[in-house]
Amino acid sequence: SSMVFKRGSVGAKGPRAYPPHQLHHQMPVLLIQDKRRRGQLAALSIAAVVIIVGVPLWWRTTETYRAWLPVSQIKDLAKLQLHLSADVEVVFARGTVTPEQQKKVPLTQTQDEEHTVDGDLLMQFMILRYETKYRTATIMEEDALKKPTAADLSLHMLSESPCGSLVVYVIPESSSLLPEDVNVYIGQRRTALVRISAQMRVGKTLEQLLAQLEPQIKQVLQVMSFSHTDITVALSDRVRFRPGNKESIADSMRAFKSSPGYEITFSLLNPDPKSHQLHWDIEGAVQTYIQPLLTKLSPLANFSMDSQTLYYTMLGVTPRFDSSFEAYTLNADSLAHVINPVEARLGSNAASSNPVLNFLLYVPDIRHSPLYIHDHRKQEVPSNAFHSPRWGGIMVYNVNGFYGSETEFPVHVNINMAKVMGVFLAQLRLLLGVQSLSPPPGFLVAPCGSTGLADWELDRLMWSRSVENIATATTTITSLAQLLDQIGNIVINDNIAQQVSSAVTSLQLAMAELEVGNLGFALQYSKEAILASEKAFFDPSLLHLLYFPDDQKFAIYIPLFLPMCVPILLSMLKIVSEARQRRREKQAKKE
Amino acid sequence: MLCYTSLDILDIQWIWQFFSSGHTNNWAVLVCTSRFWFNYRHVANTLSVYRSVKRLGIPDSHIVLMLADDMACNHRNPKPATVFSHKNMELNVYGDDVEVDYRGYEVTVENFLRVLTGRLPPSTPRSKRLLSDDRSNILIYLTGHGGNGFLKFQDSEEISNVELADAFEQMWQKRRYNELLFIIDTCQGASMYERFYSPNIMALASSQVGEDSLSHQPDLAIGVHLMDRYTFYMLEFLEDIHPASKTNMNDLFKVCPKSQCVSTPGHRTDLFLRDPGSVLITDFFGSVRKVELTMDAINLTDPIKQMEEDPVNGEEQKEVYSYADQLPVSEIIHQKPKQKDWHPPDGFILGLWTLILLVFFKTYGIKHLKHIF
Repeated sequence: SSMVFKRGSVGAKGPRAYPPHQLHHQMPVLLIQDKRRRGQLAALSIAAVVIIVGVPLWWRTTETYRAWLPVSQIKDLAKLQLHLSADVEVVFARGTVTPEQQKKVPLTQTQDEEHTVDGDLLMQFMILRYETKYRTATIMEEDALKKPTAADLSLHMLSESPCGSLVVYVIPESSSLLPEDVNVYIGQRRTALVRISAQMRVGKTLEQLLAQLEPQIKQVLQVMSFSHTDITVALSDRVRFRPGNKESIADSMRAFKSSPGYEITFSLLNPDPKSHQLHWDIEGAVQTYIQPLLTKLSPLANFSMDSQTLYYTMLGVTPRFDSSFEAYTLNADSLAHVINPVEARLGSNAASSNPVLNFLLYVPDIRHSPLYIHDHRKQEVPSNAFHSPRWGGIMVYNVNGFYGSETEFPVHVNINMAKVMGVFLAQLRLLLGVQSLSPPPGFLVAPCGSTGLADWELDRLMWSRSVENIATATTTITSLAQLLDQIGNIVINDNIAQQVSSAVTSLQLAMAELEVGNLGFALQYSKEAILASEKAFFDPSLLHLLYFPDDQKFAIYIPLFLPMCVPILLSMLKIVSEARQRRREKQAKKE
Repeated sequence: MLCYTSLDILDIQWIWQFFSSGHTNNWAVLVCTSRFWFNYRHVANTLSVYRSVKRLGIPDSHIVLMLADDMACNHRNPKPATVFSHKNMELNVYGDDVEVDYRGYEVTVENFLRVLTGRLPPSTPRSKRLLSDDRSNILIYLTGHGGNGFLKFQDSEEISNVELADAFEQMWQKRRYNELLFIIDTCQGASMYERFYSPNIMALASSQVGEDSLSHQPDLAIGVHLMDRYTFYMLEFLEDIHPASKTNMNDLFKVCPKSQCVSTPGHRTDLFLRDPGSVLITDFFGSVRKVELTMDAINLTDPIKQMEEDPVNGEEQKEVYSYADQLPVSEIIHQKPKQKDWHPPDGFILGLWTLILLVFFKTYGIKHLKHIF
């Protein structure tokens, strides 16, 4: 159908009659403008989608999950300001204080000692507090003190002092409890006896008397409770050693580090079963002699024990015959080479990662009997045993005295377990960190008793272990926080964050308990802190993700993003330049 | 008997002399990172160092040996169950008491870093762990193919010097070593120790950046090169060391000069606190135990308690143990081959058929479907 133009009927609303060529000119301009606007809109919307949706999406999907860690609390803990507190009771027996002085007793004094410890990063402060209570003795205590022997045991029966505290009884000069040259007696439990000297008493006020007594009481505290040097040694991870402290370095190297459990292995080495048929009642011996010590030490760690017998295992060193002693000797220098060949044969029953203590009983073969260990002064060592730091001990047990030359071989020998276990127990004490100090002059220390450990020795061990655990756990947590901060692409799972939080809480509780003086709880919390911090630090998921050097990162992202970004950028530039051109034209038109 | 000792001057001096190096135990981590038969020499390198370290006293329980491939039982080994380090088959370093802790595909960068940092899953046995403490001296020996700043593991991945330095720093943070000796025998080995920043590390490498470490001599019967030059001459040096020798580290630095090695060995001691001249070789390669005499004993007087046989416990203990069913070898030998289970076709095959069908229907139209179904 064709259009009909009606002549003469044209109104205002009729179609305008453009000449055809003008129509053609208008159309392309409109189309071009339309197209351009559409293009600009498209470019702008793509850019908007990329920036608003794409960039956050990429950021979120390439982010590593990092749970929240209590970093500020960890920083506070890193300062490690230790407050240790011990309760001391000083009891005056009759005859030590005058009636006027007696009126002023009971009295409580608090002594604070502030020490600075040179740490790795910063100076640390340590406050040692002794809360001393003074009082006079009760009737029952006086009766106990009158007994000539075992006074401290009967005193102990009256009142058992809690863990970490001490009682010092001051007895008059006339008392016959202590021998002549001894002024201080340190008992098996947590009691000590101090003998007052005549010139201390006469005509002085209570304050002067206390001041006179103070140096002796301080010495007692140094021996029976913690001291500045002990705590410094326990902090040895974080503290630089002064060169004069060689003995304490040796002590810290010898004892095993604090661990939640230990494995103890007893081995009987019989290199010559043809001549000696050895029998040792290890189960009974362990139950009677070793188990009491381990039960006493149970707040510190779990212990598991086993035993074995090895045949045809020789020492790695050939002993030499010494005619002056009519025996074979091993001198101190060659002992270091004994352990390695034996250790290869020992095997291990341990399924856990706990440290292993090995105790070996070596019975020399008949051609090298008797065998004695000589020290560097060529004198016989009475125990005939030696130990190696952080490894265990070896004892040589000679059986040639049990039979003559005409007996029938193999000879059946029953090993005297009491003697053997006495040596092993002494070695065990040393390896577990019970320090053997030389007491000051005028001091007499009671023997450790059948368990092998005095109560105050246990307290000392608990103090130093608590401090060591707290220091180690703090260092672990601090270095973990630092590590996670430094390496940005390690994933921190929720369970790690939870372990860290529980470690921080346990540490804070442990330090609070130490400040108050509850040694048992402090040790328990410190153990929990160490377990949690080790679990967090050694979690397998924390392995450092592969390191991406910058040039590799660019190499991966450029082929993905550059082809997409170039058209967007260019079209943005084009829009901007067109807008600028239009503005210039408008300004030109106005002028 | 008293529980206290009284030490005199001589005793204290003797104690101090033994404790001067500050370590009480030794560990070794020996890693061979390359596989394939033509990398025989890397396995021989590692096994030679293992042998020396064992001879000087470090027990197997303190050695973590990682071998990426099995050369002794390789199909191409003309002398099975042996790995030789010297031509004319003079020395079999495989021996009969070798204990390989990580073998074959277990030797990966991840496992190596896990061993160093201690972040192993709880089920890992003791022999696969590095249980060192703050008084352990550790020897770490790496060999394989390397480049500027990286070491190749298993022909598919690599460890960079930054990762290694970070791993050592984590070990230091947790005080997992007292002193560390790091030896690397690869091309451009010196680049691997450039980035260390933790204290108490001494490092040796067989070649500088830009140089290649060369192999020593081929054996015509076995058909491959048996050892690398640096390790070969280092081993000659170590054969003269015995557990009581006093040779120090300065002599180890002089091993394999350019005339013998063609490459220039390098070392780094700036992070180490002690003077290298005072460090004994046996401080790292051997395991000389420190020893103290037990001066006192505890006097025990109680008789041994007789253990009472509790009837209930006695019955529990009478449980008889027997071996679990062993492998029924005779049945296996005479067995028919097992029917393999049917598996649906793989994705590739499916995809290929889908493609073919699509092309077919595109060209000929959907109405041909009735020819199929």
